[in-house]
Amino acid sequence: MEQRWGLPLIAWPDRLRPNLWDLVALPMVFGALALLAWGGMAMGANYRVGETLTISLDPWHLPEYALRTVLRMAAALIASLVFSLVYAAVAAKSRAAEKIMIPLLDILQSVPILGFLSITVTGFIALFPGRLLGVECAAIFAIFTSQAWNMTFSLYQSLRTVPIELSEAARMYHLSAWQRFWRLEVPHAIPQLVWNMMMSVSGGWFFVVASEAITVSGQTILLPGIGSYIATAITERELGPIGYAVLVMLVVILLYDQLLFRPLLAWSAKFRGEQGDEDVVRPWFLLVLQRAQFFDLVHSGVLALNRGTDAVLAVMARQRAARRQPAARPARLERLYDLALLAAAAAALVWIVAFVRETVPSGEIGWVALLGLFTAIRVVVLIALASLIWVPIGVWIGLRPRIADRAQPIVQFLAAFPANLFFPVAVVLILRFRLDPEIWLSPLMILGTQWYILFNVIAGTTVLSAELRFAAVNLGVRRALWWRRVMLPAIFPAYITGAVTAAGGAWNASIVSEVVQWGDTTLKATGIGAYIAQYTAVGDAARIALGIGVLCLYVLAFNRLLWRRLYDLAAERLRLD
Amino acid sequence: MSVITEARPAVTLDAPLLRAIGVSKTYRTPDHIGRLVLDRLDFSLRDGEIVAILGRSGSGKSTFLRLLAGLQPPSEGRIEYRGEVVTGPVRGVAMVFQSFALFPWLTVLGNVELGLEALGVPAAERRRRAVEAIDLIGLDGFESAYPKELSGGMRQRVGFARALVVNPDVLLLDEPFSQLDVLTAETLRNDLHDLWIEKRIPTKGIVMVSHNIEEAVEMADRILIFSSDPGRISAELSVRLARPREPDTPPFRQVVDQVYTLLTTVPGRDGRRGAKAEPIGLGHRLPEASVQQISGLLERLVDEPYFGRADLPHLADEEHLDMDELFPLLELLHLLGFAHVSGGDIELTPTGRSYAEADMEGRKRIFADAVLKHVPLAAHIRRVLDERPGHRAPAARFLRELEDHLSEEEARRVLDTVINWGRHAEIFAYDDDEEVLNLEDF
Repeated sequence: MEQRWGLPLIAWPDRLRPNLWDLVALPMVFGALALLAWGGMAMGANYRVGETLTISLDPWHLPEYALRTVLRMAAALIASLVFSLVYAAVAAKSRAAEKIMIPLLDILQSVPILGFLSITVTGFIALFPGRLLGVECAAIFAIFTSQAWNMTFSLYQSLRTVPIELSEAARMYHLSAWQRFWRLEVPHAIPQLVWNMMMSVSGGWFFVVASEAITVSGQTILLPGIGSYIATAITERELGPIGYAVLVMLVVILLYDQLLFRPLLAWSAKFRGEQGDEDVVRPWFLLVLQRAQFFDLVHSGVLALNRGTDAVLAVMARQRAARRQPAARPARLERLYDLALLAAAAAALVWIVAFVRETVPSGEIGWVALLGLFTAIRVVVLIALASLIWVPIGVWIGLRPRIADRAQPIVQFLAAFPANLFFPVAVVLILRFRLDPEIWLSPLMILGTQWYILFNVIAGTTVLSAELRFAAVNLGVRRALWWRRVMLPAIFPAYITGAVTAAGGAWNASIVSEVVQWGDTTLKATGIGAYIAQYTAVGDAARIALGIGVLCLYVLAFNRLLWRRLYDLAAERLRLD
Repeated sequence: MSVITEARPAVTLDAPLLRAIGVSKTYRTPDHIGRLVLDRLDFSLRDGEIVAILGRSGSGKSTFLRLLAGLQPPSEGRIEYRGEVVTGPVRGVAMVFQSFALFPWLTVLGNVELGLEALGVPAAERRRRAVEAIDLIGLDGFESAYPKELSGGMRQRVGFARALVVNPDVLLLDEPFSQLDVLTAETLRNDLHDLWIEKRIPTKGIVMVSHNIEEAVEMADRILIFSSDPGRISAELSVRLARPREPDTPPFRQVVDQVYTLLTTVPGRDGRRGAKAEPIGLGHRLPEASVQQISGLLERLVDEPYFGRADLPHLADEEHLDMDELFPLLELLHLLGFAHVSGGDIELTPTGRSYAEADMEGRKRIFADAVLKHVPLAAHIRRVLDERPGHRAPAARFLRELEDHLSEEEARRVLDTVINWGRHAEIFAYDDDEEVLNLEDF
């Protein structure tokens, strides 16, 4: 960003002179660079499909594996950021592009993330023949798909809601389109974007773990990383290494939080303008960044680059403006464009149906739809159960500010922690007590995402004004009436947000949680997730497409018919402002 | 010092700074029927003058300012800056916004420098000029502060510094003082006024949109009065008072009176001083006034010292009402036949008097009668509900009818207003959950 962190410094030479903070900053930076270089080299290693990469269960290898996982995460995050900036900018600026890009994004958002992995991995391998990089890219792409859509949406929405007077001021003072983007639109979007990035990364850890063990045409490739380490531990039925992996994951998530998101969140508060309540304590790493002159140097470099680009663009724009004059697009042409879009969509649909029907009999399609229903029932029941448990607890915590303050980061952390690390434990328990997998595998779907309900309920309760609560006490509203008339309506909007996230996560998790392995034992529940997982393992493209398509339809239907309506209801009637 | 003098030197009529020639603005409504906001306006800003634009909400005065700024293109006609057609924001014209429009992530210095940076001014010169502008406007010491650390008045000073630093010929002010408290607004206005008469700023002309009559009289050499639906210049008034102007002097009050008279003449469309409320159409832009407010005003008017008749500037002063608050109330009173408003005066009618003296139930009845008689939209809604077998009709039905005449937003507001009145008068009821109007419980 084009922003100075601290106060403006008047003279150049001074601000670039190194200081003590650089002693902290420089080793960290160069260390990180060295690790990056090493990781990058490892990613580019030679590899031929068919070779097996052995994963050692020796805990001393774990830091190395953790680093590889972290690098994958970072690569995906950077890719998501770049993608969001470009995609959202184009969608927000061009009405023609917007018409296709936004619905597309909406659909992409409901495609199960692991579905992308099974579809794209062969393509990526073909892209880099003889190298591991292809497989790496497929894994990174899977993580990317778990983050990019929601970041893009947030950015797009922010770009569309820049306050009118601010953009008028920007035009009035002759900012170029490039300057407007970087100095008005992006800064305006930053707080929301950072928050979404954090949420996306939380969700991403789950998929990092799931995407490192990739199955290509019946053969499993294990990319060095925590996920593969766990996969190996599972095949070898070792509970001990799983414990180590959980510990290392814990450290990794903490580091991400401390080194990336705490500083980012604190820094983004300044872009909030009016509503931004200043954080009293600045995170220690942000202090290092702000005080060390090295980063000022980097910052000036970025600024200069940005200005340079602007200058080049300005020259190009002038040349182009001289050549052509803007013409208003006639309404008929626009109608034609709409028709073309519709036709393309219809053709794609016909093609996909034809492709699926080639191999899959129509009876099976009905069966898959039914499988979807089974999974849908699981999701609904689990969300209901989780709500019954977490709403009262969330309210209890939210009413006690001291506890709430301490609980928030813990819950956030729980949401980030990849729940699939605990799946083996569940399998062991189910086997030990001879439980029915149809029922007892289900909770795994919501293991990682239930925290969003708790998190949002706590947040919703804490924002309820003390006056409203006192008024309720004053009127003698208690027990059932208090829940029905005061607390539940008050937290409803926040609860809905949490429930939507939790449900979305549960659908996604169904692919990994309906089929779970422990050594040679495979536990399977009947559902659409199991169907997709099963055919991904054998590489049956038509059936994967069918499964993903049906799952997608279910998710879209739920979003449109249920969540969207509840959302509107919450937004319209139960807002507290 | 004589009172009636030209405040600024002679103007050159042939070279206006800014000129609007036959400018109209039409907004496209969803059904592609244009909605005329400004109708064939001619205007020129001459060298050395301050022009204030007064008008009610909906008179298109802010839209007009944006056309002058080049922020929006006119639908017809053209804007010229020093003889050249304006197609976008031009150098030499700067604007100060009602909501300040400061970039919250830039410091005061960053905000002020931004315009210079966009113009490609080198860093050192940029810094020097920005610091100068900040000093000029009285913000020194706050260079490194972020807007959120500043009070409203200080923020608007940043807005002025940002505008002045680019050395504009023309300054466009969009109600720049309206979000400030009275004292702060006055201080800032005086400072700007001083800079202007002492010629410490290179600005040669100012156009100011305002809703504060005294502010306009204090600042302007010329006042344009806009009428609504569509916006037109209904009157123009030269203010030939010597500067600085004292609001408490008789000549000043005389001009204020004159402005009130011009503003209250507007309702009788054709310029006739309408003694009787003119019939309005279904899509009339109903004034945004609540029953409580008119009750309060009528109660005050019927008692001493007014005894049913008041001079508007005096009333506004006494009751602390500014133009945006007072005029919707006047319009509603006039509309309902509770008072006659003309020539800068208000006089209660017998109906208005009996309303003020009635008890709560009586007031409701009088109000209901007046609304049904004088507000076609309310009568229309009641008729539709009476005719329907279930006595229910969705609000959207009426909204669509209104959107033939008004913008989407305005239609929503008008419908909300009439629903409010209708509920109060018990002409009809409204279910907000289903957005349905009905006659339940009647």
